[in-house]
Amino acid sequence: MNLDFREHPAYAKLYPAPVPNVPPVFFPETIARGDAAHLDALEAQSIFLIREAFHHFKKICMPWSMGKDSNVLIWLTRKAFGGHIPYPLLHIDTTYEFPEMIAYRDWAVEYHGLNLIVKINEDARAGRGAYAERGPIGYDTTDPVTVTHELKTVALQQVMAENQWDALITGIRRDEDPTRAKERYFSPRTKDFEWDYKDQPPEFWNQFTTSCAPGEHVRVQALLDWTERDIWMYIQKEGIPIPQMYFARKGKDGNKYRFRSLGCWPISGPVESEADTIDGIIEELANTKTSERAGRAQDHHERNAMQKLRAKGFM
Amino acid sequence: MTSIDQTRRLRVVFVGHVDHGKSTLIGRIFYDTKSLPDGKVEQMQAACAAENMEFEYSFLLDALLEEQAQNITIDTTQIQFKTAKRPYVIIDAPGHKEFLKNMITGAASADAAVLLIAANEGIREQSRRHGYLLSLLGIKQVVVAVNKMDLVDYKQEVFDQVVRDYTAFLKEIGMEARQFVPVSARNGTNVALRDLGVPNPMPWYSGPTITDMLDTFEPPKSLTELPLRFPIQDVYRFDDRRIFAGRIEAGSLKVGDTLIFSPGSKTGVIKSIEVWNAPEKTSAKAGESVGITLTEQLFIERGHLASHQTDAPIESNCFKARVFWMGKSNLAIGQRTKLKLTTQELDAEIVSIERIIDASTLEALPGDRGYIARNDVAEVTIQVRGALAFDNADRNALLGRFVLLDGRQVGGGGIIFGGTYSDRTQPKSANIFWSEGNVTPEQRYARNGHKGAVVWLTGLSGSGKSTVARALERELFNLGIQTYILDGDNIRHGLNSNLGFSPEDRVENIRRVAEVAKLMAGAGVVAITAFISPYQADRRKARTIACEAGVDFYEIHVAAPLEICEQRDPKGLYKKARTGEIKEFTGISAPYEAPESPEITVATGNQSVAESVAQILVFLRQRIKVDAEFEI
Ligand SMILES: Nc1nc2c(ncn2[C@@H]2O[C@H](COP(=O)(O)OP(=O)(O)O)[C@@H](O)[C@H]2O)c(=O)[nH]1
Repeated sequence: MNLDFREHPAYAKLYPAPVPNVPPVFFPETIARGDAAHLDALEAQSIFLIREAFHHFKKICMPWSMGKDSNVLIWLTRKAFGGHIPYPLLHIDTTYEFPEMIAYRDWAVEYHGLNLIVKINEDARAGRGAYAERGPIGYDTTDPVTVTHELKTVALQQVMAENQWDALITGIRRDEDPTRAKERYFSPRTKDFEWDYKDQPPEFWNQFTTSCAPGEHVRVQALLDWTERDIWMYIQKEGIPIPQMYFARKGKDGNKYRFRSLGCWPISGPVESEADTIDGIIEELANTKTSERAGRAQDHHERNAMQKLRAKGFM
Repeated sequence: MTSIDQTRRLRVVFVGHVDHGKSTLIGRIFYDTKSLPDGKVEQMQAACAAENMEFEYSFLLDALLEEQAQNITIDTTQIQFKTAKRPYVIIDAPGHKEFLKNMITGAASADAAVLLIAANEGIREQSRRHGYLLSLLGIKQVVVAVNKMDLVDYKQEVFDQVVRDYTAFLKEIGMEARQFVPVSARNGTNVALRDLGVPNPMPWYSGPTITDMLDTFEPPKSLTELPLRFPIQDVYRFDDRRIFAGRIEAGSLKVGDTLIFSPGSKTGVIKSIEVWNAPEKTSAKAGESVGITLTEQLFIERGHLASHQTDAPIESNCFKARVFWMGKSNLAIGQRTKLKLTTQELDAEIVSIERIIDASTLEALPGDRGYIARNDVAEVTIQVRGALAFDNADRNALLGRFVLLDGRQVGGGGIIFGGTYSDRTQPKSANIFWSEGNVTPEQRYARNGHKGAVVWLTGLSGSGKSTVARALERELFNLGIQTYILDGDNIRHGLNSNLGFSPEDRVENIRRVAEVAKLMAGAGVVAITAFISPYQADRRKARTIACEAGVDFYEIHVAAPLEICEQRDPKGLYKKARTGEIKEFTGISAPYEAPESPEITVATGNQSVAESVAQILVFLRQRIKVDAEFEI
């Protein structure tokens, strides 16, 4: 496998390519933290939710973006099922992934023994079929919100239709963006993936909406109560392997940069950071005032962009 | 890193009558605890001045929510504030329409509540209603803010009056406020700061402020000290292990413990606690999601509730509960719905409504409604098909609460009270008898080798009730089961000889039959009744009578089409009815209300008596069976 990405355009800007031929995975040192008691409760609740989802839905899948939350989900799944992962994982590949993330993906498939489904909206990229008139969809031709919609949401709809899944286990967190504050653990979606956030079913006492009509599906949001910081503390507590890109590298201007959130390379920017350990990241988060997705161009493109994407069925 | 960050955020819900000052108090708390973005207050004040409007603290909350909705600068997590002690998160800020639904979804996860009462208005409808809902949700950490004290000249008498009245109200619902605090949310008095740079207008109050009180509240404790409750969530066989998975809701367990699985009386010994990527584990406690294996193969599935043999849960198919309903449609008596309690899920119905409570007065609503409607709170008796394992809510809140479904969604919830615990430990020797106390149903059942039950046949004249009843009785008898038929022949001539066929007498007839059947079942007999019993209401009454005595009741519809019954006409009754010689004959000149959800329907129009009896036997033997292990 070629693990030299120095020529790849994703690294043409500030953020440098990784050292050639170093596996793109970071094994954190497992550290018992004194301030992590609350993680036990979060873990127990997430495992409970994952097991509920697995029990109630016949055809279930776990979308996996390869990011930190996704990797925590894999970890919790293995804890829930005695080391096993009893459902397929899904990667919606926009074809704009950082190449080292694809390398990470290959590594993780082997390491965790994943049954991974990779989905690309090929027609959109090639400008075929329904896209014949519009031509290929890509960041060089189309605005970022449309690209995200076509290459993520529509791709997801396609793969859902192919597989008839009735539930998706996702890693949405309430602290991620304001539209998620009112989310439920088990969140029903219509055939068109719509989320009726104004009229959501009641949910309390750990009893959920555990069935849906044919064609509809339920999002099971197993990390809803976690914060970004909890995720990092848990990764550290458990020693969960994650992509290298979360840690600071010396950029082309001499400053250090890392990614807080990983997305398509044409629209993802790193943040300035010295954090090259998990402790460093946790420290940094305690002092940050910007939001996690600040680095993503897509969110700024339009006011309320996230809300629009959400209502249309994006994760 | 500061120590505050390390503490779990306490979840607080703010409730109270509209306009009593919730938003103002929240705004003021944000302001006084400096939890707002820099410059926010000045910006708002300037905006108000420009508009010639008086600045209101409630604007701060509105602005926060607005910005949140607009997604400009404020992160959701900003609907939190910090005191010197720890961070708080406000769940479900006030002001939306679908109040009950959202309040319950939010407040059900609250650790504490602030309930506001405006001093100038005193206790109002929602002050009571919200208090009552907090009690239903089991929220015990409540501080009452007696707000707008500035409007009553900070008079202590006014405050004392509210304290007296509201304390009395709370007492009726078994609640107690941790503290009443006289407050002026607008001026900040007793909100978060003691020194506001002005003389204290209420020198007569030296107690804690609102935030002082919040700081005394505790995050929920896991129920480790209570008896073990481990609901089985699922059973996994991904490899050679058979893992029983679930979350321990209360108590603790360890390798080597003997568990009893309810409903039923199967027992098993814990062989291991399975972990992945963690050190070996020999014990686990409340709050943990675990997987265990047992030393022997047992047929256990989701819905079984594991406990230790002492302090086992209640097991019954009938119980009393306080429920709230927020479904889209009404829930009527006898209407089939689903009940979920921990991982148990059973068909259920309300068999009687004791009272529908106006939560603001605690008075029963006048009139005798046969249903509960959206936003009702009621005391009801519920029956489930099959057995349910649970606790009374006052003994274990997590095992004493359930939800009822409205279609696919949760439509309401309830808490169970007044159930009786029975001793489920297994008698070790055949010769042990308790010298004190009554003979328990379990002991009777164990002696007989089966449970008692009421098997209620209903159907048209000529449908085959008596024939089926007699054949069933014979089969049961041959199987060694105590059984007896109640029918017109042995009841009408004796017990009910003073009853005729008027509508009132028919009702009374059925009531007496139900009472006798219940007593017989209680004595351990499978009592079969064979009466037309044409009215839904009467049969429901019969079910309630049995159910309230803890007796299983099975309704069997002996269903043959009217034409066939009329053709058969063994006693020539239909002929007489047609000619008018007999009046009000069921099926001809009086209605027959077929059961909506009988346990069994036997189609005697097109199957033989033997087939019908076999169908009933298959169903019944499962249910009256006493587990072999349970023997005296
Ligand atoms: N005088 C006085 N007015 C208050 C106080 N607290 C709230 N108010 C007023 O009462 C009205 C309703 O308050 P608001 O906070 O919107 O009530 P909510 O409906 O419970 O959120 C507003 O006009 C407030 O200015 C107080 O302590 N003193």
